[in-house]
Amino acid sequence: MYKFTIAMKLSHKEVEHIATLARLRLTEEEKEKYSGQLSGILDYVETLSAVDTTDVEPTSQVTGLTNIARADQVIESGISEELVACAPKSADGYVVVPKIFENK
Amino acid sequence: MSELHKLTLLQAFTGLRNKEFTSRELTEACFSQIKKFDDQVKSFITLNEKEAYEQADAADEKLKNGDSASPLLGIPVAIKDIFCTKDLKTTSASKILENYIPPFDATTVEKLREAGAVFLGKTNLDEFAMGGSTENSGFFPTHNPWDLQRVPGGSSGGSAAALAADMCFYSLGTDTGGSIREPASFCGISGLKVSYGRVSRYGVMAMTSSLDTIGPFGKTVEDIAVILKYMAGQDPKDSTTPDVVVDDYSAEIMKDIRGLKIGLPKEYFVEGMDEGVRDRVLEAAKKFEEMGAEVIDISLPHTDLAVAAYYVICPSEVSSNMARFDGIKYGLSKRDGKDLLDIYLDSRAQGFGAEVKRRIMIGTYALSAGYYDAYYNKAMQVRTLVRQDFEEAYKQVDVILTPVAPAPAYKLGEKIGDPLKMYLEDVFTIPASLAGLCGLTVPAGFTESLPVGIQLLGKRFDEKTILRAGHQFQLVTDYHKQKPQL
Repeated sequence: MYKFTIAMKLSHKEVEHIATLARLRLTEEEKEKYSGQLSGILDYVETLSAVDTTDVEPTSQVTGLTNIARADQVIESGISEELVACAPKSADGYVVVPKIFENK
Repeated sequence: MSELHKLTLLQAFTGLRNKEFTSRELTEACFSQIKKFDDQVKSFITLNEKEAYEQADAADEKLKNGDSASPLLGIPVAIKDIFCTKDLKTTSASKILENYIPPFDATTVEKLREAGAVFLGKTNLDEFAMGGSTENSGFFPTHNPWDLQRVPGGSSGGSAAALAADMCFYSLGTDTGGSIREPASFCGISGLKVSYGRVSRYGVMAMTSSLDTIGPFGKTVEDIAVILKYMAGQDPKDSTTPDVVVDDYSAEIMKDIRGLKIGLPKEYFVEGMDEGVRDRVLEAAKKFEEMGAEVIDISLPHTDLAVAAYYVICPSEVSSNMARFDGIKYGLSKRDGKDLLDIYLDSRAQGFGAEVKRRIMIGTYALSAGYYDAYYNKAMQVRTLVRQDFEEAYKQVDVILTPVAPAPAYKLGEKIGDPLKMYLEDVFTIPASLAGLCGLTVPAGFTESLPVGIQLLGKRFDEKTILRAGHQFQLVTDYHKQKPQL
């Protein structure tokens, strides 16, 4: 059996931490709103912890399919240029991203 | 012909073949209806007039030469704006994709294109299909044609409202936790959630990958049977589509339902639900009995846990799926900050709406170190229990009959401030989603002048049986023929 230790009310700081993990920049107003709303939702899903699931296999999907693989062949999409062109910045068939290392 | 927009898909098909009217005239009838009423209903995000008329003219040419056997040829359709459509803006009702033009078609869109369909435009939804009222659209809410003060349901609210208002002959939606079935009920039309894996999702934006399905809305179940035949089947581009035979739905639905075993689960008739909704479902059960079916009381004991499990599984998968929107590969990109991290943070902060952020946050929390077992794994175990409930029940019955939602369409703004209250609206649609079953909404009457649908749940890949029950029901009722007064 698992030992559950779940924070019932999310603090401002926890909300900030989650937002950082999720790469979301939140306003102070949003942090306030979400700390209340997320706590309410987590309280509700907490009802699950009362259910005895000893020896119950998790269901991650219901297709009954496993390890679907296709032949390892190159198939041309025919639209590679168009796909790259969807990027806000692209050049010579590549997506341009900002520098992440500084030259020293 | 002055009332072409009121025709069903099959009536339109017959008229086209008999040369009573052209595809161009059908298309004009739809756009005329859209121009008259969509400033009130607001079901479309993008109209596709130029291409639609080209498609219509091409269809008329084929019809003249007798070139195509497809029943969808020349028939106008509205498509939820979560399906990628080549060279036609596809936003998912999100500001992060406000100007996104996909260079490819979703598999289903491609199939309809090949069948000669006419694409009227793209319909409104809750942003990335997260919601049950279409109020979470990043652009504007859609209104219910039966009462413009009320929501059309969601997330496929635009597709449901457009069809209810006779702006198209059928429409496409997606259903993860009820997003076709609930709006179909609220708008008084028929809608099918297919079994998980029945229809390819390639090119449809992912929300909850282990639950997402796509399906059609129709003015009749008979129409849905025609459409499904063209959407269903294995797709090498979607590895969750098994190689299961696609039935001849239009033939199957003609069989009567004598001896069909229909289960009524006691957990779906709860304290506090709208009396009119409950009565309409029980009346439908009686009607099925008169038609020769056997109605059996059953129990699905883990029903009340399904919503809680869903609101762990869904946000967890959402947090992963939404990670692709980073301001680098496509969509909104805010580049005023100082580094790469600022691009992520600023693009996502400005691009995503409140509900999307909320689900990303819940999911990120549930999947974060130390919480995975308590939340996600636990929810997947409860999912097993819900699934087993249905497996047990289907040893006894062929179809399960339930309400779609606890009450009819509610007022805009009524629940938007309370996300949990909004989530609980899905209590009758979510369990079947967790089990990957198919579900059909069929109009079954009214409560306080608002439409009420019944939900028919079938075994996985047994769409033919729920469609049969639904069609046979429509042969002896006329609720599906009622129209809103716009």
